[in-house]
Amino acid sequence: MHTKEDDTWLYTISSKRKLIDFNFAEIWRYRDLLFLFVKRDVVTVYKQTILGPLWYIIQPLFTSVIFTLIFNNLGQISTNGVPPFLFNLAGITAWNYFKECLTGTSSTFTANQSIFGKVYFPRVIVPMSITISNLLKFGIQLGIFIGFYVYYAFQGRTLGFNSHVFLLPIYIIMMALLGLGLGMIISSMTTKYRDLTILVGFGVQLLMYVSAVPYPVSEAKAKFPEAVALIVEYNPLTQIIEGFRYMLLNTGTFSWFGFLYTLAISMVLFLIGLVIFNKTEKSFIDTV
Amino acid sequence: MSVILKAENISKQYRLGTVGTGTISHDLNRWWHKVRGKEDPFLKVGESNDRSTKGTSDYVWALQDISFEVKRGEVLGIIGKNGAGKSTLLKILSRVTSPTTGEIKTKGRIASLLEVGTGFHPEMTGRENVYLNGAILGMTKKEIKLKEEEIIAFSGCERYIDTPVKRYSSGMRVRLAFAVAAFLEPDILVIDEVLAVGDAEFQKKAIGKMQDISKGEGRTVLFVSHNMDSIMRLCTRAILLKNGTIIESGQVSHVIDTYLSTEFGATSNKTWEKNNGNDIVKILSIKAHNQNFEKTDNFKITEKVGITIKYKVMESGHKIHSALNFFNSSGVNIFDSHESNTVLYHEKKHPGIYEATVWVYENIFSEGVLVVGVALVTHDPFQVHFHERDVIAFNIVEDLENSPTRGDYVGSLPGIIRPNLKWESHKITNND
Repeated sequence: MHTKEDDTWLYTISSKRKLIDFNFAEIWRYRDLLFLFVKRDVVTVYKQTILGPLWYIIQPLFTSVIFTLIFNNLGQISTNGVPPFLFNLAGITAWNYFKECLTGTSSTFTANQSIFGKVYFPRVIVPMSITISNLLKFGIQLGIFIGFYVYYAFQGRTLGFNSHVFLLPIYIIMMALLGLGLGMIISSMTTKYRDLTILVGFGVQLLMYVSAVPYPVSEAKAKFPEAVALIVEYNPLTQIIEGFRYMLLNTGTFSWFGFLYTLAISMVLFLIGLVIFNKTEKSFIDTV
Repeated sequence: MSVILKAENISKQYRLGTVGTGTISHDLNRWWHKVRGKEDPFLKVGESNDRSTKGTSDYVWALQDISFEVKRGEVLGIIGKNGAGKSTLLKILSRVTSPTTGEIKTKGRIASLLEVGTGFHPEMTGRENVYLNGAILGMTKKEIKLKEEEIIAFSGCERYIDTPVKRYSSGMRVRLAFAVAAFLEPDILVIDEVLAVGDAEFQKKAIGKMQDISKGEGRTVLFVSHNMDSIMRLCTRAILLKNGTIIESGQVSHVIDTYLSTEFGATSNKTWEKNNGNDIVKILSIKAHNQNFEKTDNFKITEKVGITIKYKVMESGHKIHSALNFFNSSGVNIFDSHESNTVLYHEKKHPGIYEATVWVYENIFSEGVLVVGVALVTHDPFQVHFHERDVIAFNIVEDLENSPTRGDYVGSLPGIIRPNLKWESHKITNND
């Protein structure tokens, strides 16, 4: 009994693979796994801790307090009239999302080698789940930010959303794409060259300081040497952080050029990450 | 039956030694060849994968030109020594890694059961892990929900199911993991050595479940094991791998016999020149032979099996006895036997060459391959001078025409021994 259907192969396992082999149908079939990974990441992080999910809130709050003390009280960095604490909290909330996506995905292969070594599922599910579970954390932290925002407003501070606030979701997507793209590139490279794991550890820390997190771009332009100021200004992360504060606190600058160019860089990095990740996933288990 | 899976010229190359230094230069070299449209320079230097010989290159072929087909509903056994390439093949089949050359085409979804329990999260409860593990193995939430109770019941962990897995004993963890995997319903299931888990009771349960999966449900299964017994019981066909190539395929019992004869040097005699004992006594040779002392590889069930051991005593004053272990093809130790009733048994031996022969009665061994181990020992005080397993192997074959144990029956007659027992039957009363 040879029906026509009988002669078609479902799929082929071979060494060759298309450059971008992003199989949406397959990922859709594994959507439950994606959901369960997100649940696992969110639920298990603070298991057997007393404060539990409160840690999601404590970490950015304390960092903001410290930043305020060091950079604004001690360092006398001007925040252009915005309460320094709120200024820092906005920057840190945005930065944290990018950072968590980057560090989370950058260890995809090394952290999951025991699973990856035994079972097949679309590997990209793991970085996707990290991005989504971090989005939940980001949501919580954004909620906290809004809480303080309202508090400051009641205190009589004049704060204002900017009319560009409708771009906020796009900014969040850009952050996710940047973190995911860089993370996938790094995770692919670390399967062979472990140097990068070490680099990520302190690299992210340093990156924060050239991304205008604890200071506004105007301050960088005024006080940094010109070369450094340029790096800070055209760093796509600066664009995101600054844009984020612009929308929420109505401080700093915004340019459509900066926005579009950051969007382009995010997309390109994400695509490069996807290609490299794809190339690595089929045989990384031999080199990891 | 239609072909559900087809492997064509699968090869897999691995790099030996520490991957690290030199990888960038090799990578660049590879890339440079690729850019110019040339072949990968490191694919040529690979050698066949023989663990015991020292190669000249850093690259080896774990698999070379493997081609085979699996039909729907077939249970294919894959056997071979450690390092023959079995696990590499399964890894390629389950898409964990990709072949260096060649391709596998499949009409069904493949799920693997390679070392169960992957992806268990210690902080999550048993029930949560059932879902997570099921999803990792490719089930949807709906499918798991349908089977949840069955899975939990099969695992026998009901009482602990809402406790974090980190509090489980290792046995319980394995049971739960196996239970999840056992309720998978892929078109093709790949199983590797999972039978070696859990306690005896659970192993029995697991083997039963495997049998259900492969026999009752007509699922296509690829099964890798060192346990010839389960291969024999579960598989409908087998392939034998050696150093990364298929050297035999076909009927299970035939492939197993080839495996044993190639791996144990299937010769019914062996001589030693070195590593053959201590300063007191050294073994020289062992030989399986028929009643005329002619070396033979095949014995009939109804024939006596003679085994003669020759050894050289170097130091006087020791009682030296010969001993033998008999294993069947599944690795079951059928029995051991040692010298205990000879004239020389109680004598302290003087230096010289000695010979001991034992006759195994007819109608003891069942058909199949017999693998023999030999030892030279002293019983008083107890000391082992020499012991080696798997030294010789021979076949026990059945004479269907002339079998006292079969009568007119020609079907399968299982069991590890085939004694010719005395049956008595008589009429007790007329039927009323």
